[in-house]
Amino acid sequence: MSRELVVISGKGGTGKTSLVASFAVLMKDKVIVDADADAANLHILLKPKIKRKELFKGNMPAKIDTSRCIRCDECRRLCRFDAIRIDEKGDYVVNQMRCDSCALCKYACPVDAIEMVESISGEWYESETFYGPMVHAKLYPGAENSGNLVTMVKHRAKIISEENNIEYILVDGSPGIGCPVISTISGADFVVIVTEPTQSGLHDLRRVKELCDAFKVKTGVVVNKSTLNEGITKRIKSLAEEQGSLFLGTIPFDRCVLDAVINREIPCEACGSLRDVYAEILKKAMEML
Amino acid sequence: MKIAVASGKGGTGKTTIATMLAYATGSGQYVDCDAEEPNGHIFLKPAIEKEFDFTMPIPHINTDVCTFCQKCEEACVYKAIVIVPQIKKVMFFDDLCHACGTCSYVCPVEGAIEEIDQPVGRIRIGRAKDLHFLEGRLNIKEASATQLINNLKKHIIKDATVVLDAPPGTSCSVVATLDGVDYVLLVTEPTPFGLSDLKLSVELVESMNLPFSIVVNKDRDDVTIIDEYAKQKGIDIIYRLPFSEEFAKLYSEGILPFDDYRSDFENLLKKIEERI
Repeated sequence: MSRELVVISGKGGTGKTSLVASFAVLMKDKVIVDADADAANLHILLKPKIKRKELFKGNMPAKIDTSRCIRCDECRRLCRFDAIRIDEKGDYVVNQMRCDSCALCKYACPVDAIEMVESISGEWYESETFYGPMVHAKLYPGAENSGNLVTMVKHRAKIISEENNIEYILVDGSPGIGCPVISTISGADFVVIVTEPTQSGLHDLRRVKELCDAFKVKTGVVVNKSTLNEGITKRIKSLAEEQGSLFLGTIPFDRCVLDAVINREIPCEACGSLRDVYAEILKKAMEML
Repeated sequence: MKIAVASGKGGTGKTTIATMLAYATGSGQYVDCDAEEPNGHIFLKPAIEKEFDFTMPIPHINTDVCTFCQKCEEACVYKAIVIVPQIKKVMFFDDLCHACGTCSYVCPVEGAIEEIDQPVGRIRIGRAKDLHFLEGRLNIKEASATQLINNLKKHIIKDATVVLDAPPGTSCSVVATLDGVDYVLLVTEPTPFGLSDLKLSVELVESMNLPFSIVVNKDRDDVTIIDEYAKQKGIDIIYRLPFSEEFAKLYSEGILPFDDYRSDFENLLKKIEERI
């Protein structure tokens, strides 16, 4: 069975993708997963060659047949997602972006004017990179932020790892604490939380750590851009230790990282002085797998 | 006037721009719709005057009257209900439930499914000097902030200048935030990540037919990828906040130089007003 190392952050923009790309360079024998389908960026640094592309069937939103609709208002009255509106012609229409696909309106309609229709809410890919196989996805803008798509790409990664006897799965997660993050951390063997030494980073770290605790996954903490505020970096270190997270280390603020990303290069390859820093953090995390 | 501040990528400076813009409104309202990780309070330091739970009606199946007909199980698209009639067992997975009400609607037995309000988040209302403050805060382990955001927006002050701080990304909680606003500022940063996610945000706001322009945060003269994209698409860059280590230091402590930037953001408000 492969073992899964997941990187998340709570707050966005703390450096998840730079760290995961650097881990992808340093880690042997793994399948790489970009689980941030909502704003996928890992492909920008890892430049995958797409081998397989599939459409992702999302929810089945409601559609109203206006020729049968008798405008009884039941569907609009009952919809808890406020997804049914009356247009300028007086017709009842479904706002597909608001529809949660629950089908209550379909059951409530007395004239069978509502059906649930298949929709494509994204794409997923199996690719090859210089650093190993990669599974990634793209959620179409406005689609339901589906934990299902995350579960799907993680499942594909597991199959690839089993078929090829690959020992590890490395996952780049999304920001926040909602459904894609819950799907990302479920089944993880170890979660690395990347934060930054800011009040916002600290605030969001507490929430995402609480989420990991609720799902009983072991966590480690990395402070990125640590030299921007040494005081808060120290507070994060003691908070991590108090709350039973392993403190994995710090990455100093270095303009080289930003320049590397601008040039679509991986920080651990472009910034020689940081290679050992990333390697040390990865080593500590791998010991927990 | 309702202005939403959004961005595909996280950490581009949505909260920085949204709080500074809200501050410049004087007695307007700041609404933190990033309910998964709300950070506006860190900078605005509001005095909270009122705070209450946002609840959703979660079904409770009463096995004393349930006939184990499985109609609710068949109807639940989220697979939150599993019923085993042979052993008269009902399993309910509350973390999969979307509180849509379908199960209790299809249930043929009176009193078999009762909906009980359960808290999924907090709504906090307060003031930072003259500025009205409103925040949604999702409880840990809850999967979706969409309903919380829809409800939060009912507390928006009518006829005020309102700034909504959106969650990152382009998915359903962002749609809930942007729905019904008059203008959108898309905050980005001059990196390939910022550009890639900006393109997705542009696709979203265009599909929602909302007027919008771009704000470049952490701007630097030597990187022009956002400028090139904006020019090619004919989108206006309405404001630029240059990268400054000093600014980043203040931000890290939870401080923003509101008064130094007040006139900048008053001008930005005027520009937006002219465009609506």
